Amino acid sequence: MAFKNYVLVCGGTACQSSKSEEIYKNFISELEAAGIKEDVQVVKTGCFGFCEKGPIVKVLPDESFYVEVKPTDAKEIVAEHLVKGRQVKRLLYQGEETKKHAKVEDIAFYQKQFRIVLRNCGVINPEDINEYIARDGYAALEKVLFQMTPDEVIQELKVSGLRGRGGAGFPTWLKWNFTKQVNDSPKYIVCNADEGDPGAYMDRSTLEGDPHSILEAMTIAGKTIGSNKGYIYIRAEYPLAIHRLEVAIKQARELGLLGKDILGSGFDFDIEIRLGAGAFVCGEETALLASIEGERGMPKPRPPFPAVKGLWKKPTVINNVETWANIPVIILRGGAWFANIGTEKSKGTKVFALTGKIRNSGLVEVPMGTTLREIIYDIGGGIINGKKFKAVQTGGPSGGVITADYLDTPIDYENLQKLGSIMGSGGMIVMDEDDCMVDIAKFYLGFTVDESCGKCAPCRVGGRQLLNYLDKISKGKATRDDLAKMKQIGAAMKRASLCGLGQTAPNPVLSTLTYFEKEYLAHVDDRTCPAGKCKDLITYSILPEKCIGCGLCARRCPVSCITGEKRQPHVIDQSACIKCGECYSVCKFGAVMRK
Amino acid sequence: MAKMTLEELKKLRETKKRELEKREVTGKDIEIIVGMATCGIAAGAKQTLSAFLNELEAQNLSNVVVRQTGCMGYCYAEPTVEIRMPGMPDIIYGKVDPETAVKIVRKHILGKVLINDHILDKPAADIMKK
Repeated sequence: MAFKNYVLVCGGTACQSSKSEEIYKNFISELEAAGIKEDVQVVKTGCFGFCEKGPIVKVLPDESFYVEVKPTDAKEIVAEHLVKGRQVKRLLYQGEETKKHAKVEDIAFYQKQFRIVLRNCGVINPEDINEYIARDGYAALEKVLFQMTPDEVIQELKVSGLRGRGGAGFPTWLKWNFTKQVNDSPKYIVCNADEGDPGAYMDRSTLEGDPHSILEAMTIAGKTIGSNKGYIYIRAEYPLAIHRLEVAIKQARELGLLGKDILGSGFDFDIEIRLGAGAFVCGEETALLASIEGERGMPKPRPPFPAVKGLWKKPTVINNVETWANIPVIILRGGAWFANIGTEKSKGTKVFALTGKIRNSGLVEVPMGTTLREIIYDIGGGIINGKKFKAVQTGGPSGGVITADYLDTPIDYENLQKLGSIMGSGGMIVMDEDDCMVDIAKFYLGFTVDESCGKCAPCRVGGRQLLNYLDKISKGKATRDDLAKMKQIGAAMKRASLCGLGQTAPNPVLSTLTYFEKEYLAHVDDRTCPAGKCKDLITYSILPEKCIGCGLCARRCPVSCITGEKRQPHVIDQSACIKCGECYSVCKFGAVMRK
Repeated sequence: MAKMTLEELKKLRETKKRELEKREVTGKDIEIIVGMATCGIAAGAKQTLSAFLNELEAQNLSNVVVRQTGCMGYCYAEPTVEIRMPGMPDIIYGKVDPETAVKIVRKHILGKVLINDHILDKPAADIMKK
């Protein structure tokens, strides 16, 4: 016997603390009282997001979404909704905020996410071309091959306002148009799938979940600009994405959606995969093209831009995975539909990989103009373990940090840049009060210094010098003069480096210096690390008056440097201590002090 | 000569669309869709998938299709699994370890009862569905 309705009560930790357990019990007793407990199942769920508006109750199958439900509301929902079939309007979520950024009628009324790029991820079987076709796959290609002229395709992209999702935000139509206008052949289409930012995996998930959308988009570009050959440059560390692409290419060839005379249109197009060996700089377009040619992956000065002289010095359109994934939808729905979503200058959606100290880490796609607060609190469920939000890092090693003061800034290319960060490819790392900003800057700069190709001095030498200063700061050996010098070096690197890697490498340092100057000064003037991360600046000691001699810290200490008699205050041997902080976190009596 | 003409592609799309819808409407088939992207696999989706297959065989259920899909975006709750079956709303479960997979077959599919503590909301409306 199946139930007619289901009442889903959010059981996430945030909702639990706001009485979801009581709501759950009340529903059960109210249903019993109303005599319909056989018809309705009450279920506790995982976290639904929207924790700020919790507790959440959702009724199926009609998908009513109730927010800020109180235990006493169970009675009304049962009596009105479940008995009489009338929604309780006052508790329904009103989605004004979502509608502000995206005036598209098919956005579900309460959902913050809007999935264009990820439309098929988690829906279709990526290894079955038929499932892609059934969801209007290759219908955009049909349109481009048989109904539209190349100029109309470019016009549609222009109307859509789509900008490059690799990070820089260059208008896609302009790139295509440059390449189309160059009188040279052959021309090439390239997909940049060399996703290298630490913590970013949007492109991997897109390729793993919906590889055909990329193939279709590249073929559309080929027809539009007059190219018959495409390359997907993907890092070898993504074996599953590579496998799914290979399967997809094979299936598309078998159906004649790649290869000679596609669908009888007379247009030929084929795609090959090129594997990158994992150098971060190969995500930079000129280095990437060099790597495809079999050269060492080093950037070249621009201009000439790849649109004019790209792969093998021929005109080349190179776009990022996420940019490509938008194309078929824009062609199918029209540029105007797409331009309806987002802000004035940044159209459409953006996929973010939400990681760090966030409760619901994951991949989210939101309309441009959504605020960081909505992403972190409504979708991400807030900070883990109820700690205090400190900053969010966007744009990976090329980006910067954004502090709590700016959480309500609508996200678009321009706004993030104004804040000293960048959109980047979409990594979003949330940090709490335990994260030290000097340590964060050191981590990112260490990454770029490792990944610098060494061709130009500003990046090669400047990066190393900056890192040396950060190291000095974290050891408590720096002076205020050093901070001034860091700003100078950073500014020079930004101006003089050859490619994006060096130009943006100082960003994490400069932006933390701007927003967390006090924290830097604490390291420099007071030789302390407020977050307790920089090992050279902290000592752990045991307060004899609080220690009851339980011995827990001594048992947990990985280097056995804590000693003491049972029921007597213990002592840490400072010469052997590795400052891991284990004793500090296990002590139940607050007897371990960090200074 | 083209391998497939425009008309043939259109026909293929219509057939496949109908097949997808039929699965949803006439109610012969039950679908178990397991998220098998790198994130899901890292969290144990392969073990979950085999647990489903074993339990379906043990229960002698032949009207159930087990499919794979990409990442739904719920990295914190992998492996994720969607169950579609007639007479029940489509439900997404998170943190489905092999033990939960067995529970889903016995309670959700056979008993038509939802399972506590694992249900997740759909991440977004489907823009491909009108």
